[in-house]
Amino acid sequence: MDAGLVAAQLLNGLQLGVLLFLLASGLTLIFGIMDFVNLAHGSLYMVGAYFCATLTEATDSFLLAVALALPATALVGAAVELLVVRRLYRRDHLDHVLATFGLILCFDTLVQILWGPEGMAIRLPAWADGQQHLPGGLVFPTYRLLIIGAGLAVAAGLYVLVVKTKLGMRIRAGASNPAMAGALGIDIGLLFTLVFALGAVMAGLAGMMIAPITEASIGMGNEIIITAFVVVIVGGIGSIRGAFVAALLIGLIDTMGRSFLDMGLKLIIDVQAAETSAPALSAMLIYILMAAVLAFRPQGLFPPKAR
Amino acid sequence: MADEPLLRVEDLQKSFGGVTAVDGVSMEVYPGEVHAVIGPNGAGKTTLISLLAGELRPDRGRILFGARDIARRPAHARAKLGFARSFQITSVVPGMRVLDNVMLAVLARDARSFGFWRPARNDPALIRPAVAALERVGLAEVAEERAGAVSHGEHRQLEIAMTLAAEPELLLLDEPMAGMSAEESRRMTGILEDLKGEKTMLLVEHDMDVVFALADRISVLVGGRIAASGAPEAVRADEAVRRAYLGDEAA
Repeated sequence: MDAGLVAAQLLNGLQLGVLLFLLASGLTLIFGIMDFVNLAHGSLYMVGAYFCATLTEATDSFLLAVALALPATALVGAAVELLVVRRLYRRDHLDHVLATFGLILCFDTLVQILWGPEGMAIRLPAWADGQQHLPGGLVFPTYRLLIIGAGLAVAAGLYVLVVKTKLGMRIRAGASNPAMAGALGIDIGLLFTLVFALGAVMAGLAGMMIAPITEASIGMGNEIIITAFVVVIVGGIGSIRGAFVAALLIGLIDTMGRSFLDMGLKLIIDVQAAETSAPALSAMLIYILMAAVLAFRPQGLFPPKAR
Repeated sequence: MADEPLLRVEDLQKSFGGVTAVDGVSMEVYPGEVHAVIGPNGAGKTTLISLLAGELRPDRGRILFGARDIARRPAHARAKLGFARSFQITSVVPGMRVLDNVMLAVLARDARSFGFWRPARNDPALIRPAVAALERVGLAEVAEERAGAVSHGEHRQLEIAMTLAAEPELLLLDEPMAGMSAEESRRMTGILEDLKGEKTMLLVEHDMDVVFALADRISVLVGGRIAASGAPEAVRADEAVRRAYLGDEAA
């Protein structure tokens, strides 16, 4: 096996993992703290991408566009929480799924009305658009390395926010026991809106970061959100650390499986059977992992200590 | 008790479907007193304390705290006005240290800022009152332990520390002795006796020994109504109360 190819695919897996973490961290907070299943989280990923695309055209600066699109996405998230989600906390999970599926349709249609059915590409600035020569002769796109670095930095920042700051203390108290938090004087309604907006910002950031590679398109969040849910379940609902580990794990398994599973299979079954079964099997790998976690460790790899 | 009452409840009512859990309750709690609410299971004690703490909204009636009617204010707003409540079921954050839990209680009451990004763990404005509250309830030695790792009795002591840390005007204690061993219960009674006279307390409790040891006044809740209210001896002697609640056990 070519070592350079393996290294490149490892980096690709890491990059997918980082994006999954940005989506799953918000999802797991919202699921863990508010006990709310938000299928429309992927719509915020899409909204972030479109905001960023439009603002990049308007300002001619990708970085400035990201800086402006982040608070804009937060506002969309806060509005969704205040107008729709807030009314659903007391309902059961099926109602959450139905209502947020409805939200997905609304967002997809709104985007089509505002931006049209065509996707929007984002042109990268020159400094981000090259290749980097890494040690060992590996050549890898600069922008994908930037995604990995930015994602890891956000993960570290989120950790500090939740573990070290006053807001984080409130978030953890609200996650552990909302009634207690309220009795202590924490405004749970405001806290929930903030957490939802925070989740929206991270989902939006993931959308902004991927858009220069894939372009912003309608329904772009609908597939990756399923994988993000797998991350939440594997990591343990409500656990940011679990989401981080599971996101990297699933990013790597998915990417490596798609690249190398056929080679591995050829060692144990005949070549033709390996070539036909590998693509199907590699697409299933993360679900097999999820099933295994649910069977042997149903609370996920890192059940939050706070529960 | 010539003072104005700290808390005055007027004609409070709450129904769930067809069941009236709290049915026209009126009562006062005076500054500095320990006022116990007793009553048989299903008498509406937990509903009453939830109404007082703001987790439920009454169908009718007023809750006057000082001069303000707070019956329709949410729980967190009442906490900021000076209510502190403990829960019947242990309510701490098990993943945090014991000290962090109390710091959280200090932080949560702080009305001045939501203090987003500021580091919490080394803030002396949080640590000092938290440590003082832990010393008050005898938990200073386990301050660094994870709250999930300490005993049930210590959990309940921690809850009292959390209510104290916010420097409340009024402590609402919902069965602080629930699930405690005799030894733990004695220790908790000692802690509450130590606070008596200094803090105003509304105590809902099953354990009659504790109630008669601590309370300045007792209100007896039967079927959602106050059946009797007064000094412990008077309540103990009340014929209607004995029949409705205390039964043969206290006779």
